[in-house]
Amino acid sequence: MRITTENLSYSYGENDKTLRVKALSGVSVTVNEGEFFGIIGQTGSGKSTFVFHLNGLIRVQKGCGAVYVGDYDLTDKKCDFKSLRAKVGMVFQYPEYQLFAETVRDDVAFGLKNFFPGLSDKERAEKVRRAIETVGLDYAKVAEKSPFELSGGQKRRAAIAGVIVTEPEILVLDEPAAGLDPVGKREFMNLVHALHGKFVKTVVIVSHDMNLVSENCTRAAVFSHGEIIKTGTPKEIFADERTLENTGLDLPVTAFLEKRLKEKGVYIDSDLTIKDFTDKFAEKFAGVKKQ
Amino acid sequence: MKDVSFGQYYPARSFVHKMDARVKILLAIAYIVAVFLVKSEPEFYFLGFAACFLFVVIATVCSRVPFFKMLKSVKAIIFFVVFSAVLQLFFNKKGTPLWEGGFITDAGLYNAAFITARIILIVLGASLLTFTTSPVEIADGLESLLTPLKFIKFPVHEFALVMSIALRFIPTLLDETDRIIKAQKSRGADFETGNVFKRVKALIPVLIPLLISSFRRADELADAMDARCYSGSKNRTRYKKMKIGWRDLIGTLVLAALITGVVLLNGVLGVAV
Repeated sequence: MRITTENLSYSYGENDKTLRVKALSGVSVTVNEGEFFGIIGQTGSGKSTFVFHLNGLIRVQKGCGAVYVGDYDLTDKKCDFKSLRAKVGMVFQYPEYQLFAETVRDDVAFGLKNFFPGLSDKERAEKVRRAIETVGLDYAKVAEKSPFELSGGQKRRAAIAGVIVTEPEILVLDEPAAGLDPVGKREFMNLVHALHGKFVKTVVIVSHDMNLVSENCTRAAVFSHGEIIKTGTPKEIFADERTLENTGLDLPVTAFLEKRLKEKGVYIDSDLTIKDFTDKFAEKFAGVKKQ
Repeated sequence: MKDVSFGQYYPARSFVHKMDARVKILLAIAYIVAVFLVKSEPEFYFLGFAACFLFVVIATVCSRVPFFKMLKSVKAIIFFVVFSAVLQLFFNKKGTPLWEGGFITDAGLYNAAFITARIILIVLGASLLTFTTSPVEIADGLESLLTPLKFIKFPVHEFALVMSIALRFIPTLLDETDRIIKAQKSRGADFETGNVFKRVKALIPVLIPLLISSFRRADELADAMDARCYSGSKNRTRYKKMKIGWRDLIGTLVLAALITGVVLLNGVLGVAV
């Protein structure tokens, strides 16, 4: 499913003129199926408001543009948001705060019961087991446990299992790595990539972490004061340092090193992933012997 | 969720805003007493109410709180008002029926109007207090007013602290609720359809995470206070000292005039009729 927004605007506090705050203005962007799409920008730049539109958590306001996700027209009042939400999974910041059921199994099954009440108990149990295993938890050990007995990292995995159990085609992640240690972060991104190879066709990820964006995203959009000021591959985005400075964002480590090396007369032109950067760097200096 | 206005403090610089919180609380109580003093004999009660109404209008003008804000606070309890009025209308058996064989009596009608006026006047006075006094000021004021209870070992300071923490966390928890609702909606939770029981049940996935996160916040807050060696009551100084000034004197005098007026209206007209 392709995501398209056309001239999308949104303001909070619609009813009271004195309190009205514009959160989005004139956002037009297309995310094609198969992409790993990054959304970057300062706090309060409209990123969250934007992604909440993608599964109808925030409705498109009258005369404020349009949002299409696959065949769904989200400006249409008759749009079937429930079936849309089964296809667009949304992982929030600190997803572990949404856990509520008595056992991990029940919590993961929550979405299934809501979206597909017609499933037989056997089918449901099978899907729940698969989701729990997909996120890297030991089904036999955790299924009957209370989600609140799990460790922090396990809780987050269990919460994500509760989102992917419906096998969404689009996965939207809002700052998913916040509060994770470096190893946890890496494992988490590996998980997202594993999902991206499976039923998840498109990933939209909101992040403050430029390294995460340069390392993983095929394309990204830079939000500033409710507008998209740049869209492109990480290479294109981080090439334009002035836009980044104005938005208070930083360079990923690879782009930073490329820039510093360039100042010293060494030109390296990678796609800004660590692997490509080190490969190109090693290639350049392959002939240079140790002193 | 964001539209919920609670505590409804209306920030402004006005005569009433600058009054001492303790005096305002006492005056609000005295005002409610004045409203209750108005006698219920149908022939002349409205004059006492008119005096109270005049007082509220003058106080509102002096507070610079817009009138529509005041009306909104009445709107919030309109169901309660209508409910009590209807009870009076249909279940008052005294007096004579308004029409042949009718079940609504003239006394019932008078009582309904009386109760409606009384509730609305009380709500207007109480909301003027909350419009012009921030929650923190109210908590501080109450603490100061309750100080005498310390003699019977009532933990006044802690009580006020608990109250201000509760008020402080309402907006935080509203934000949190909003987020959890969004998360559960994304997982297909449905809060808008179904009968009452179904909707109440649908709230469980919101209430449990909310409860857990408020415990977590309470722990964190307690740790943060401990880390800064917080201890209540003794030798604690204040950033804002409360001081009674000329505005409080004027306010008190005007309210005293109101109560005298109400008592006189009750008495004089009571004798005259």
